[in-house]
Amino acid sequence: MTEFTPFSALLGGVLLGLGALLLILLNGRIAGISGILSGAMQFKNPNAKWRWAFIAGLTLSGFLAPAVGFTLPTQLNTSWTLTLLAGFLVGFGTYLCAGCTSGHGICGIGRMSKRSIVATLVFMLLAAVVVFFTRHVIGA
Amino acid sequence: MLLGPNMNQHPDTSYRLQEFVAFISGCLFGLGLIVSQMVDANKVLNFLDFFGDWDPSLALVMAAGLSVFSFGYVFGVKPKSKPLLDEQFFLPTKTNVDKKLLIGASLFGLGWGLVGICPGPAIVNLVTLNGQFIGFVIAMLLGMLVAKKLIKIT
Repeated sequence: MTEFTPFSALLGGVLLGLGALLLILLNGRIAGISGILSGAMQFKNPNAKWRWAFIAGLTLSGFLAPAVGFTLPTQLNTSWTLTLLAGFLVGFGTYLCAGCTSGHGICGIGRMSKRSIVATLVFMLLAAVVVFFTRHVIGA
Repeated sequence: MLLGPNMNQHPDTSYRLQEFVAFISGCLFGLGLIVSQMVDANKVLNFLDFFGDWDPSLALVMAAGLSVFSFGYVFGVKPKSKPLLDEQFFLPTKTNVDKKLLIGASLFGLGWGLVGICPGPAIVNLVTLNGQFIGFVIAMLLGMLVAKKLIKIT
């Protein structure tokens, strides 16, 4: 069980919204993490560079966590098999639908993109169904 | 996002500046995930668990992120023809809901629901050097590469 944390949720949301806004206002780019990751792997593309810079910033934030009084989770409470399966599905799925929680959920919906609204509803629904099954059907 | 190669030529300084902006943007984004605790898989799973001890935090994260972003988009992007540091906005051009979008979003949802980690938190959590987080990211990158190959074939 985790506590509802409205203040830190809103503050965190504002911070990541500002991050995404900065990238589109100045560079004209969408802060979609899955797209940035797959684009960064095209090493020969000159546009891989800014993507690596973004990833470096994202990683640095992880190192800054203790300085702002936050700790990162130390582990996943799940098996290796599920971890790898989930990782693969997340990568495969986000590539196919061209976005994830950030690209579709924040930037896409923020631009009122029909595709992003549909994608976000679909992945949220499916994720909720999976949690329902793992926690209340299998785990019950 | 499927972004093709962009052959625009930039002066070097504009490139450097853009990389710096991307770095700061990534840092802000990551801090947002950390402060809101969205890097914690349990927090995410408890949001997705509508029939358990529901934790609505993620909804507020999205609401706040969306408000800030769409406000800036409406007033800072829409009226303009180009961003501050480049010659054009690089926005997705597709508008139709197709099978790829629906299947992709479904598979992503399945994976997300299984462990509660999506791409952003996956990267931030790498700094813990925990084996399972590293494994998740490797599997995720592999998934992207396989999807890319598959799209090329079909």
